[in-house]
Amino acid sequence: MLLVVEQFLNGLQFGLLLFLLAAGLTLVFGIMDLVNLAHGSLYMMGAYFAATFAAWTGSFVLGALMALGATLLLGIVLEVTALRHLYGRDHLDHVLATFGLILFFNEAVRLIWGPAGLALPLPAWLTVPVPILPGIHYPAYRLAIIVVALLVALLLYLGVMRTRIGMLIRAGASNREMIGALGINIKLLYTLVFGLGAALAGLAGLMQAPILTVQIGMGENILILAFVIIVIGGIGSIRGAFLAAIFVGMIDTLGRAFLPNLLRQVLSSTAASTAASALSSMLIYLLMAIVLVVRPEGLFPASRR
Amino acid sequence: MKGLSVSKAVTALMLAGLVLLPLYSSLSGNIFILTLFTRIVILALAAASLNLIMGYGGMMSFGHAAYLGIGGYAVGILAQEGVGSGFVQFPVALAASALFALVIGALSLRTRGVYFIMITLAFAQMAYYVASGLARYGGDDGLTVYKRSDFYGLINLSDRVQFYYLCLACLLAVIFLIWRIVNSRFGLVVQGLRSNEQRMQAIGFPAKRYQLVCFVISGTMCGLAGALLANNTDFVSPAVMYWTRSGDLMVMVILGGMGTLFGPIMGAVVYLLLEEFLSQITEYWALIMGPLLLLIVLFGRGGIMGLLGRAGRG
Repeated sequence: MLLVVEQFLNGLQFGLLLFLLAAGLTLVFGIMDLVNLAHGSLYMMGAYFAATFAAWTGSFVLGALMALGATLLLGIVLEVTALRHLYGRDHLDHVLATFGLILFFNEAVRLIWGPAGLALPLPAWLTVPVPILPGIHYPAYRLAIIVVALLVALLLYLGVMRTRIGMLIRAGASNREMIGALGINIKLLYTLVFGLGAALAGLAGLMQAPILTVQIGMGENILILAFVIIVIGGIGSIRGAFLAAIFVGMIDTLGRAFLPNLLRQVLSSTAASTAASALSSMLIYLLMAIVLVVRPEGLFPASRR
Repeated sequence: MKGLSVSKAVTALMLAGLVLLPLYSSLSGNIFILTLFTRIVILALAAASLNLIMGYGGMMSFGHAAYLGIGGYAVGILAQEGVGSGFVQFPVALAASALFALVIGALSLRTRGVYFIMITLAFAQMAYYVASGLARYGGDDGLTVYKRSDFYGLINLSDRVQFYYLCLACLLAVIFLIWRIVNSRFGLVVQGLRSNEQRMQAIGFPAKRYQLVCFVISGTMCGLAGALLANNTDFVSPAVMYWTRSGDLMVMVILGGMGTLFGPIMGAVVYLLLEEFLSQITEYWALIMGPLLLLIVLFGRGGIMGLLGRAGRG
């Protein structure tokens, strides 16, 4: 029982983290029609910035806030110098160009921070276990991730659905020329959306940093997960990304936790443990394949397309 | 017209270079260059196979590295189990790749566009995790192939020059086959589907069936590259199937010129030589390579072949 609750929360936490990453990806994808493979690099940069700034200032929170600003800035610079010229081009061009950016970022990190990973230690007040149910404790930091991610999700939803800027963004997604003709600076709008996406990726990276080691290439595995999520959820749909992210986070975490025991019921223990490790890694890809076969447009396709 | 002749001249020069390379290697005593180019030729073969569906068929597979792994593991696993004959290993590698492509293609072709890119990626990642889970065959660490495929004196794969020529012959055979395919009625239908699927369907062609056959042919060709690659490195590991490797193959195709016969070879040669050259100048070669790719996309539409064509036209 205790284990189930804990794993359930782990799944939720991982899912919400994936949502932050997928939200930025799906915003950029759905609105600017840009396939950005370098999104995972922004996630990595967020983690590296946080580790560096936290070490400088000696404060985790201050470091995290500075890292957030830094990834926002980096995203804006990236959009203005490189990606802006790719709008309206073939998706394959996007894939190639942003693949080049991955190479660049990985190497730049190696040059600046060296090949060894970094650690981002947590302050003491975030490491204490918090009682959530009678007799069940859960690490404060993971709870903090859940709270922050839920807040960001809410703000994002309200921002896109209820504000003027959000309205312009949605309008720009369906008809770029029309919005430009109305006298809106669409270029600036796109730059801001990309910056926001970058900041979201950076936030995911910096929050994950204390749990994992900060290392080169850390964005690549998780980027694929984020792509899986937006494909399952339906490209361009924030709501779809949110639900799919939670779903994928749960399935991945619960699969890893419980599949070995489940398989041991039917297989010999060595066979079960090898099968379980392969199967649990495959689970979400299997899920995505099934979803795409049944609903090729994803579960919650964005309504405007 | 003059544009065509420039790219033709460069292509002919490159092919002549590839054919004469072992001669240069033995005259200069530079063995390394032969090893390097064996790898380049094999990956050019893989890139050419990807180009068949991506360039001519408009099917952007982001999981082509899976076939490299499947072909490689077919050789590696059979060798491990004591079946050293190339006459068994290679057909099995091809058949396994074809079968995988058939299943993946049948499912993936239900989607299109970005979804197709992503679902092919997902299946390749599944293959990657299956290979990682093969504890009996090395799991994550990979599998060493202690003995190269045995062709009973017909050709000796342990001889560098013979092996190089085998790979080159396979590459040229595949290019010839692709040339025959894209100029056949079948190939024209597939290319027609790339430009307008609805219209082709309206005329009465079973679109998906044509695309699937093309997808399977491409996967089988790439499986051949995988079998050769395992023999070249004497080693096969899940890393061969990792998604960034599929990205590398895509880069080679686009860099060289998508939908051109010799573009993928050009792309593989330039990409891998550049990687090699830059890594000798600086340890941080990717720092230059990355922005270079970006610039090529921004300013070099149509890849090297397109660039050559335009240069010729002046």
